[in-house]
Amino acid sequence: MAVMTYREALNLALREEMRRDPRVFVMGEEVGLYEGAYRVTQGLLKEFGEKRVVDTPICESGFTGVGVGAAMLGLRPVLEMMTFNFAILALDQIVNTAAKMLYMSGGQYNIPLVVRGPGGPAAQLAAQHSQSMETYFYHVPGLKVVRPSTPADAKGLLKSAIRDENPVIFIESETLYAVKGEVPDDPDFTIPLGQAIVRREGTDVTVVAYMGMMYRAMEVAEELAREGMSVEIVDPRTLRPMDTQTIVSSVRKTHRAVVIEAGAGFAGMGSEILSFITEQAFDDLDAPVERVTGENAPMPYARNLELLKTPSKAKIAAAIRKVCNA
Amino acid sequence: MAQAKTTILSPRLDAVLARRLLGQMALIRRFEEKAAEMYALGKIGGFLHLYIGQEAVAVGATSTLRPDDYAVSSYREHGHCLAKGSDPRRVMAELFGRRDGLSKGKGGSMHLFDKSVNFLGGHGIVGAHLPLAAGAGFAINYQGGDQVVLCFFGDGAVHEGEFHEAMNLVALWKLPVIYICENNRYAMGTAIHRALAQTEIWRFAETYGIHGEAVDGMDVLAVRECVGRVVERARRDKTPALIEARTYRFRGHSMRDPAGAVYRTREEVEREKQRDPIALLTARGLKDGVLSEADVRAIEQNVADAVDEAVAFAEASPEPPASFLFTDVYKD
Ligand SMILES: Cc1ncc(C[n+]2csc(CCOP(=O)(O)OP(=O)(O)O)c2C)c(N)n1
Ligand SMILES: [Mg+2]
Repeated sequence: MAVMTYREALNLALREEMRRDPRVFVMGEEVGLYEGAYRVTQGLLKEFGEKRVVDTPICESGFTGVGVGAAMLGLRPVLEMMTFNFAILALDQIVNTAAKMLYMSGGQYNIPLVVRGPGGPAAQLAAQHSQSMETYFYHVPGLKVVRPSTPADAKGLLKSAIRDENPVIFIESETLYAVKGEVPDDPDFTIPLGQAIVRREGTDVTVVAYMGMMYRAMEVAEELAREGMSVEIVDPRTLRPMDTQTIVSSVRKTHRAVVIEAGAGFAGMGSEILSFITEQAFDDLDAPVERVTGENAPMPYARNLELLKTPSKAKIAAAIRKVCNA
Repeated sequence: MAQAKTTILSPRLDAVLARRLLGQMALIRRFEEKAAEMYALGKIGGFLHLYIGQEAVAVGATSTLRPDDYAVSSYREHGHCLAKGSDPRRVMAELFGRRDGLSKGKGGSMHLFDKSVNFLGGHGIVGAHLPLAAGAGFAINYQGGDQVVLCFFGDGAVHEGEFHEAMNLVALWKLPVIYICENNRYAMGTAIHRALAQTEIWRFAETYGIHGEAVDGMDVLAVRECVGRVVERARRDKTPALIEARTYRFRGHSMRDPAGAVYRTREEVEREKQRDPIALLTARGLKDGVLSEADVRAIEQNVADAVDEAVAFAEASPEPPASFLFTDVYKD
């Protein structure tokens, strides 16, 4: 085990996979000479050269299409979206081309492609640069969608994503790049896609949360523990395929659930998690499941308004108290 | 990756070449006519875009390729798929939505794929496969190969940003991709001058500093000569090119626009049909004495038989089983 930042863990995953498999290459805006807008690809150009660390013009749709075409011929592209907000320009390539190629070709052409970069609420970046982007992707059959919350997950899941035979949307977070944690040194360490993890064991209520919201829920759980409440926290890690089993098992144990989501609540991830909990564990529930979501407004710039946009600790605590006292 | 070089083309038309080109064009024509019949009978559903009138482009262009070269096209791709060497029986079965279709019946007319002949697909989003072709070119260079990619698309794709992104990328990175714009002068009902500020499409090549050229897309030999040159250069020097093949679709945009007559005049269509690419090659072959009337009749008979056989094969092929709904969504 080594202690490293989330950013370093991603960088290490890229290096290890590029060393392991010559078909893997990195492509995107500012990934080479500039070393990545968020320094995730730092040093890669030096180690692997221009052939495998490819700076592109500002053309998300174009270079994503290049990735898909290269994958059809057997390469394993890892594309960086400078931030995931810009991935919407490549939405057609991702949704209509990458995700459906295997199906439309009757199994002839799979697309082993990773599209990675930061997304989600960031610090005062305002409406166009600070939003939960997973919503645009996890609806689509043919895509896998990962949201890694810790440095170890970042490394283990990115390596699995690169080795996967399908297009994987891998959304990191600007706000987590500097988070430190223990990361296994073993270059064969991977975390399978589609496995949730229990971050904190508890007996009174299950809280489902990922990325920044997971950390916020952990803080709330510690505070509520002082009041004698025992909160279990489950982090799905992969949103598609979703490990419903780990979440439902936890709810069967605690009989109560709160689902947290940073993005706007309407038709969000929280709705989906809430519905499978209700479908599969209704009889085990002692209270209606609560959802705590981002507000249904674009992200404001002003710090005070920005704080109101995403679920606060107070709102999370209130929801937990509500289901526990029901 | 060492490969035998294709021979440089002779502008002369010999008997073998004449029969081959005419045979392929006639096959596509007959296939498309039959597909229209089958559509009328309800055997084929959805959108069906016929290639009738444009056969010389697919046939002339792919005739310059090696089997390990790649081709990719839009939704009007039956001709390119057949010209690249796909089995007409499996193409027809795909149109019928049957299990033995190229894509197991899951793609249909607009999504023919055939890995066995390096046909990278029929794509339904206008412009979206142009970057894909660049990606194939990127992979060829990455892998150290000397194959080339032919990318076919309509004049409508030139309206899209992805055309320009792809041109920039292949030029910037020197990718062995030949973009072949089949300018049939209409994108659905929109005549080219109503949509493009620059209607001389080949001129966009100048902007990106690559080779551009317009060619008579009704003359299979002219297409073959022009594409053959740029293919050889792409193979040797990794230089992309943009070819504008001037052509015309004799039928409507799709079977939902059977007459194709609202946005163009009947006189115009009749005039263009005077330059039927199959008739032009036949006349040239007969005149040069490399084709006989008997050759032409034999070719017509052969393709009629092949297409009948394709229909029989498609009819006999079972529908895909219900379990196929869920296969090929993800690869393990
Ligand atoms: C992105 C996108 N926009 C619109 C359409 C609908 N559409 C299908 S074909 C077509 C016209 C394309 O014309 P052109 O590229 O000239 O090809 P042609 O049909 O003439 O072969 C349009 C607008 C589409 N398939 N994709
Ligand atoms: Mg057109």
